[in-house]
Amino acid sequence: MIGPVRYWREIPQRYRYEAARCSGCGKVFFPPRLVCNACRGREFKPVILPQAGTLETFTIIRVAPSGFEDQAPYAVGVVRLADSVKVTAQIVDCDLETLATGQKLRLEFRKVQQDGASGVLCYGYKFVPA
Amino acid sequence: MEVGIRGYGAYIPRHRIRVEEIARVWGADAPTYKRGLGLREKSVPTPDQDVITMSVEAARHAIRRAGIDPAKIGAIYIGSESHPYAVKPSGTVVAEAIGATPEIHCADFEFACKAGSEGMFVALSLVKAGQMEFAMGIGADTSQGAPGDALEYSASAGSAAYIFASTQLVAVCEETYAFMTDTPDFWRREYQFYPRHGGRFTGEPAYFKHTLSCARGLMKKAKVKPKDLRWAVFHQPNGKFPAKAAEELGFTSDQYGQGLLSPTLGNTYSGASPLGLTAVLDVAKPGDRILMVSYGSGAGSDGFIWRVTDRITKVQKLAPQTRAQLEDRPIYVDYGTYAKFRGKIRKLTE
Ligand SMILES: [Zn+2]
Repeated sequence: MIGPVRYWREIPQRYRYEAARCSGCGKVFFPPRLVCNACRGREFKPVILPQAGTLETFTIIRVAPSGFEDQAPYAVGVVRLADSVKVTAQIVDCDLETLATGQKLRLEFRKVQQDGASGVLCYGYKFVPA
Repeated sequence: MEVGIRGYGAYIPRHRIRVEEIARVWGADAPTYKRGLGLREKSVPTPDQDVITMSVEAARHAIRRAGIDPAKIGAIYIGSESHPYAVKPSGTVVAEAIGATPEIHCADFEFACKAGSEGMFVALSLVKAGQMEFAMGIGADTSQGAPGDALEYSASAGSAAYIFASTQLVAVCEETYAFMTDTPDFWRREYQFYPRHGGRFTGEPAYFKHTLSCARGLMKKAKVKPKDLRWAVFHQPNGKFPAKAAEELGFTSDQYGQGLLSPTLGNTYSGASPLGLTAVLDVAKPGDRILMVSYGSGAGSDGFIWRVTDRITKVQKLAPQTRAQLEDRPIYVDYGTYAKFRGKIRKLTE
């Protein structure tokens, strides 16, 4: 379970899909990082990720971790949003039987976790069929 | 200065439950409910959807149609009776997600099903007063009916968002009007999970009295008759009430049918008449005039008359349209799944 502080720190990525583009070589990082692993550059400009992409690979979670038990079975996939950016997230509102790589998906704002009955609600992105 | 709607957006969850499925579980007669309430099915939010998530999606659609920098939005008001937190605003999350923070006023509104139009009225008024360039009003709900109660056949989920401005409008606000009395037709006390209602009392002295009085007062103030208006949208707790109110006022089904979503959407409470208005704006033509009257138990109605401008045709296709969302690949659930989604099953508490 993520606490309120870490959740809060990740809001730009979780809510607005803010990534960082290296000023040296143009590589885009999500989440942003301090040093570019391609050119060792340290200067970045914020960019917003495209909000649709292609499913590259996925798995069906049948034995879910704590806090996600009620959602099983559910899909988690890696989606290519831009040339260098792949994002891993839950895929919802989809038919698990017919889900396939190459499928077009888009981001939607959803509740990602909740800390029991009284803790903070964590919002962020999931993928849905485009 | 003319003020009105610059952008609008809707969001409807994809899951549905049919009236037959609810009636099957409670031994009720489905045809009686379908005829009596004019309902066929309703939207169901998944456990990861709530007022905040639906409001973010509707707000993003509104921003696309408004074509504005969200950082310039000066206020965000979300009207709902199902805000996810008892204490902590829904609006802060939505404003942050759409990139409207930190220079922005924010409040969550509550007034049963009228909270959405309340937020719209206040946002519109702030722009009219010259306090800000853009203001956003949202109506959204994921309301619950008690298991087996008549409300369980209608209580559904959806959201509509509006950006008000004085430039590049898609609909000018020609008139507003409000009508309110203290009427205990529906309520929920603190710590109670489900609302209670006054049964038959919810009809004549509540919904009809306020809806009809507001519509009549609004048309009198604006000096218009039903024939001067191309479209009419009402609060829609079921399929029956708004049709009856419309006809009593002299509107035809050609005028009120497009904005009447409840037969296949259910009652989205604070989202209901705001969503109906989005469905009308999706098809409206320049020059069309629209009457919109909300209703919230407790009880009161807000009324607006909108005049559609030439810009409407440029924005209608910029975001998902409302009836298209209503028909888009619905996922039907059985009552067990529905009960699980809506937290109606008592589990071992953590
Ligand atoms: Zn680089």
